[in-house]
Amino acid sequence: METATEQRTLFTKEEIGVTTPEDSKPQHRPEKTLPADRAQDKPAPTVGKPFVDNPRMACRHVNVFYGDKHAIRDVSLDIGRNQVIAMIGPSGCGKSTFIRCLNRMNDTIEGCRVTGEILLDGQNIYARQVDVVPLRAQVGMVFQKPNPFPKSIYDNVAYGPKIHGLARNRAELDEIVETSLQRAGLWDEVKDRLSHAGTSLSGGQQQRLCIARTIAVGPEVILMDEPCSALDPIATGKIEELIDELRRQYSIAIVTHSMQQAARVSQRTAYFHLGDLIEVGRTEQIFTTPRHKLTQDYITGRFG
Amino acid sequence: MNNGKPKTIEIVQRSLVRRYRAERRFRRMGLGAIVLSLVFLGFLFASIVGNGYTALFQTQVQLDISFDPETFATGELANADYPRLIKEALYKAFPQVTARGERRALTGLVSSGAAFQLRQMVLADRSLIGTRRSIWLPADDDVDMLVKGHLSRQAGRLSEAQLAWIGQLQSQGKLAKHFNWTLFTAGDSREPELAGILGAVVGSFYTLLVTLALSFPLGVATAVYLEEFAPRSRWTDLIEVNINNLAAVPSIVFGLLGLAVFLGAFGMPRSAPVVGGMVLTLMTLPTIIIASRAALQAVPPSIRDAALGVGASKMQMILHHVLPLALPGMLTGTIIGMARALGETAPLLMIGMVAFIVDIPGGFTDPATVLPVQIYLWADSPERAFVERTAAATLALLAFLIVMNGLAVVLRRRFERRW
Ligand SMILES: Nc1ncnc2c1ncn2[C@@H]1O[C@H](COP(=O)(O)OP(=O)(O)OP(=O)(O)O)[C@@H](O)[C@H]1O
Ligand SMILES: [Mg+2]
Repeated sequence: METATEQRTLFTKEEIGVTTPEDSKPQHRPEKTLPADRAQDKPAPTVGKPFVDNPRMACRHVNVFYGDKHAIRDVSLDIGRNQVIAMIGPSGCGKSTFIRCLNRMNDTIEGCRVTGEILLDGQNIYARQVDVVPLRAQVGMVFQKPNPFPKSIYDNVAYGPKIHGLARNRAELDEIVETSLQRAGLWDEVKDRLSHAGTSLSGGQQQRLCIARTIAVGPEVILMDEPCSALDPIATGKIEELIDELRRQYSIAIVTHSMQQAARVSQRTAYFHLGDLIEVGRTEQIFTTPRHKLTQDYITGRFG
Repeated sequence: MNNGKPKTIEIVQRSLVRRYRAERRFRRMGLGAIVLSLVFLGFLFASIVGNGYTALFQTQVQLDISFDPETFATGELANADYPRLIKEALYKAFPQVTARGERRALTGLVSSGAAFQLRQMVLADRSLIGTRRSIWLPADDDVDMLVKGHLSRQAGRLSEAQLAWIGQLQSQGKLAKHFNWTLFTAGDSREPELAGILGAVVGSFYTLLVTLALSFPLGVATAVYLEEFAPRSRWTDLIEVNINNLAAVPSIVFGLLGLAVFLGAFGMPRSAPVVGGMVLTLMTLPTIIIASRAALQAVPPSIRDAALGVGASKMQMILHHVLPLALPGMLTGTIIGMARALGETAPLLMIGMVAFIVDIPGGFTDPATVLPVQIYLWADSPERAFVERTAAATLALLAFLIVMNGLAVVLRRRFERRW
């Protein structure tokens, strides 16, 4: 365990962007020392280009607290139109926390507090008069752990369209279910057993079912929290194709632990570290010429 | 690995014996506990069934009744002198008995309810008048006990002469045991041979129906509100503590409350199933609320996220996903509460459901009693014949319980989802 003093000096160096030889040693900082030690710390400034022209979603000075724990520290970031932004960073750095803010899923967590502004097409989604139901229909989400409903495969996909009244009749609903499953790359595997329980599928199939469920509602922004963590390379490939295709119409934010995946699917990449947004930029730039020391350590595999 | 130090595997091997021994000991203890409780249960059942099965049969006397038109000549049919018909038949069967006292002893062999049975027959079918029929009528409970061997001939409850007549009837084949329909079709009575459990069963049914109809929706709604909607505050904490405390309040206190509030303040009828049901609702509610909240908490949060994530409103999330998953647990809690309510006597005593009620209740406001109170009343009666009826009523209570639990299991199966 490192002492608080050591950490403080370490951070000061980072903040001023100085790189010394001993900094390139593997750094392991236990995350649980974060709140107490850094309560007085200023959030690290973001390097790179967090903003784009005409963004779909714009986050400004977003802070998230779980009780006393400051999980996201003053993050400002744009989600561009018709593009994919990848969020990477070591485990526990707040990627899931941040992405859950974008459709207010954090509202359900007791003790979770969000400050700052998140604008969807210019409208603050945390404003008092905003209704979360249409917001979540607009900003869909695929969760880190597959969580199909304990219902049939068909009902899993049809649930969203049903509650929003997207289909006028059964035929239209069938159509939505089929195209959603096809786009999620699951149709061929399940077309003969649509009435089977969604929970009877394998982990990877369940995750694709959850993706189908999300796109069945036709959201404009799709948030994906490690959608491929339980998938084999073939299914992953399908999902990546899907993401690429969805990008034409939608805006997508994806959390991933796979650097290759981030490089393949995203146009922009954001690197998070212990609740701070360290660096944002075009994906090629982040992976080829990272400007921040921490980003460099992470993508070269020295960290996380 | 340092040499000299024992290898991990050796240490593990050594402790293995001890670990397995502990496991075996634990399993044997568990098995012992099960066997012990099964033995007790078997003992309980054996004693109840052993005591109660004889109540399923009732000794009856066959008499040649002549429905003499003269008896019905005057007055109303319902008020005719039916006991005389029986007396006449008995005197005819035993012409040697002429003394007044002896004749009274003779008529004592037949239940006083027999005349009532004749009256029912005539009222149902007037064409009987003027005919002569051979009819089986219930014998007096002392005769019944003698025939079943529960009463010794020396006990003195039956005289020598009566014993002789019984012997005579038996040798003629006019005294026999028949299935005791009365037990299942009649209400309570002072005469054991006329007493039945139907009144209490119907009373229990109405009472429990009221309890279920009130406590299930109220309990589930409370649990859903507290678990899903209520903000965490000092008030909700207070409510929670109070609910938990209510679950531990002795049931007779709820009876006192019912007496003071439902009967006293609201002026509701005494001894009525509707009031009984309300009192039992007070008692059952905490159980249902606590079980329902536990069931709601057990629904994985990922399902809630999934529903909210596709844009379901909170109400849709609860109705479509959370409640169906929590329902089996809620039903379990409800059935435990209802089973307790079914066996409850103390609070019902307070609101007058302990009264001696002969009529079978026809509705929620009729005076009624319930099975456990009936058992209590019969167990308190001095007649030997009530002993077996007490056991029979206990069996009926157990059967009621098994039917209820069976229903719950069926319901739970239907709602249970596999993961
Ligand atoms: N419900 C919660 N209550 C309290 N703290 C939480 C909660 N959820 C997350 N945290 C904390 O917030 C920090 C960020 O968590 P988050 O789940 O966002 O990490 P992550 O970047 O998604 O990690 P991973 O890559 O492992 O999924 C962690 O330190 C975690 O301990
Ligand atoms: Mg995560």
